[in-house]
Amino acid sequence: MSNKILAFIESKDGKFKNSAFEVITEALKIAEDSGSELEVLTIGSGLESEINELSVYGAKKIKIVDLNILNKKYDGGEIKYSPSAYAKVISEIAKNAEANIIILSATSLGKDLVGRIAVKTDSAVFNDCIDIKLSDGKLTASRPVYAGKSIIDINSSSEKIVMTLRPNVFKPEKTENSSIETENTDIENLGISGSDFSTVVTDVIVSNEKLDVAEADKIVSGGRGLRGPENFNLIEDLAGSIGAATGASRAVVDAGWRPHSEQVGQTGKTVSPSLYIACGISGAIQHLAGMSSSKCIVAINKDKDAPIFQIADYGIVGDVFDIVPSLTEEFKKVLSN
Amino acid sequence: MKIIVCVSIVPDSTTKVKISENGRSIDSSDVSYILNPYDEFAVEEALKLKEKNGGEVIAVAYGTDRSKEALKKSFQMGADKGVLIKSADDNFDSYTVAKNLSEYIKDQNADVILFGKQSIDFDGLLVPSMVSEILNLPCISVVVKLEIDNGKVKAEREIEGGKEIVESSLPVIIGAQKGLNEPRYPNLKSIMAAKSKPIEEVSNFYSGNKADIIDMKLPPAKSGGKIFTNGKEDIPELVRLLREEAKVI
Ligand SMILES: Cc1cc2nc3c(=O)[nH]c(=O)nc-3n(C[C@H](O)[C@H](O)[C@H](O)COP(=O)(O)OP(=O)(O)OC[C@H]3O[C@@H](n4cnc5c(N)ncnc54)[C@H](O)[C@@H]3O)c2cc1C
Ligand SMILES: Nc1ncnc2c1ncn2[C@@H]1O[C@H](COP(=O)(O)O)[C@@H](O)[C@H]1O
Repeated sequence: MSNKILAFIESKDGKFKNSAFEVITEALKIAEDSGSELEVLTIGSGLESEINELSVYGAKKIKIVDLNILNKKYDGGEIKYSPSAYAKVISEIAKNAEANIIILSATSLGKDLVGRIAVKTDSAVFNDCIDIKLSDGKLTASRPVYAGKSIIDINSSSEKIVMTLRPNVFKPEKTENSSIETENTDIENLGISGSDFSTVVTDVIVSNEKLDVAEADKIVSGGRGLRGPENFNLIEDLAGSIGAATGASRAVVDAGWRPHSEQVGQTGKTVSPSLYIACGISGAIQHLAGMSSSKCIVAINKDKDAPIFQIADYGIVGDVFDIVPSLTEEFKKVLSN
Repeated sequence: MKIIVCVSIVPDSTTKVKISENGRSIDSSDVSYILNPYDEFAVEEALKLKEKNGGEVIAVAYGTDRSKEALKKSFQMGADKGVLIKSADDNFDSYTVAKNLSEYIKDQNADVILFGKQSIDFDGLLVPSMVSEILNLPCISVVVKLEIDNGKVKAEREIEGGKEIVESSLPVIIGAQKGLNEPRYPNLKSIMAAKSKPIEEVSNFYSGNKADIIDMKLPPAKSGGKIFTNGKEDIPELVRLLREEAKVI
């Protein structure tokens, strides 16, 4: 078993993402169970004031690669991100630290990087894990496959492993520890050159200020039962009352009622919020594929035999036009008390 | 323009999963296999590139004879050639797939190599980026818009809450996301034409999985939920349970 674990964490708009704390908590557990040392790495800028946030979760050491200095290595103009360069930075730092385990979150960025890092560091991949166990010095990871219809356990005879954790599954845990050492990593030692920037992101378009379903802790989704795009204000109001993101079934996305970015399911996004409320959604297997690992599922459907009720923790058989507005009012009432 | 599109087969998404006797894979006896839905976007994009720039579209699959289905469907949509890199069995991981595809692709001088963003059986999202590292080529995945002009590539990639504008040069690897295009339905003429297109078979280049499946099981069954049937009247009780029992509000 390795004596170093490298956790790569992400920030957004100068703040660490929630997934960062999930990754640190889980990486620390593996480190403690295996008697290894944990190093945390991030690429960003202006994060100094946020570092103490990490020590709350038990991180003792963080390496920071300054994004602005890294991006200057690209000579074709200003860029926001480069998967090829990030993968190189993370892989080189892992090699230098002799880290045999690299952990990331299965976010857009993590998924973009994990395959690249695996090849660069000659590691096995455990991706989108929902559970990790260590026994006899060997890691076993579990993950859903076949649209959540089965779960596999994987391990590897490879010395090196890079893994991604499904967001929102591992709970961040605060610890007693309160000091953290920061190291600004000099990228000159990593051998990064212009040729590592074969793929570059020149701009990011924020499609809406709304919370993305993939990152949300609570989701309210609407399906064909809503009858038309004009009725989705009911879904938005319900979501608004509990600070949830809005999601949709494919039927309503295909009909053009909602944007594809909201689609949950096999050909949409995979989500694991703590609360998922499905309104007027039948619960087709392809929809379940994207949300069945949610912790608490609530279904509202007028058909008592709708398959969604089979996986729901709570449900109301009734008309969305009747139930949803009343539920919104009830949430508002109890939350204002 | 020489365009390669890598295609895989997956169990039809309505398949009921049964675990096989070895406890590590699904029982494939009653399963019908289809072209991976995301690969349809990749094939469509390949055909569009050919229509615009001329050239040819080669569909490549790694797998057993069963993978010929993916090549046949690609032929029906309009691919010119099909190549099957024959694996010894079904037990291969993303790394093995990437190594074999790379070994074939490296001598082909292709301008664009298209993939689906992920296969819907194991949702790997790995093969395109692994091939890109093995071959040292640029790679843009989860692509919803693609423009190629004068050897320059500009794509839109979907991320949480928005899109990234990504640039690279040719040759490039692209992972297609839903939204990139509308895959065409094969018509009678293209279905007939597909029948005469031969599949070239190439032998396995590489074996050596890095990850092993040691167990496969069905997800734990949900113990029956509380379903209310009195409509609006039940809302206060539902909300109370969400707060006090599930503790999610
Ligand atoms: C390859 C493939 C991939 C797919 N990927 C996805 C995916 O990613 N995500 C996805 O969601 N689907 C996906 N689908 C589609 C999926 O099979 C279903 O068609 C879709 O999920 C149905 O959406 P729906 O539940 O909104 O509509 P429907 O199935 O039409 O259900 C509408 C529900 O609303 C209820 N209802 C109607 N009126 C009311 C009312 N007034 N009050 C309360 N309830 C009401 C009905 O009882 C019904 O249960 C995919 C399909 C395929 C073949
Ligand atoms: N066996 C295979 N043969 C050819 N292409 C494949 C194979 N497996 C995966 N791919 C391609 O790689 C993409 C991503 O697959 P994955 O990384 O397995 O999710 C798919 O959409 C296909 O385009």
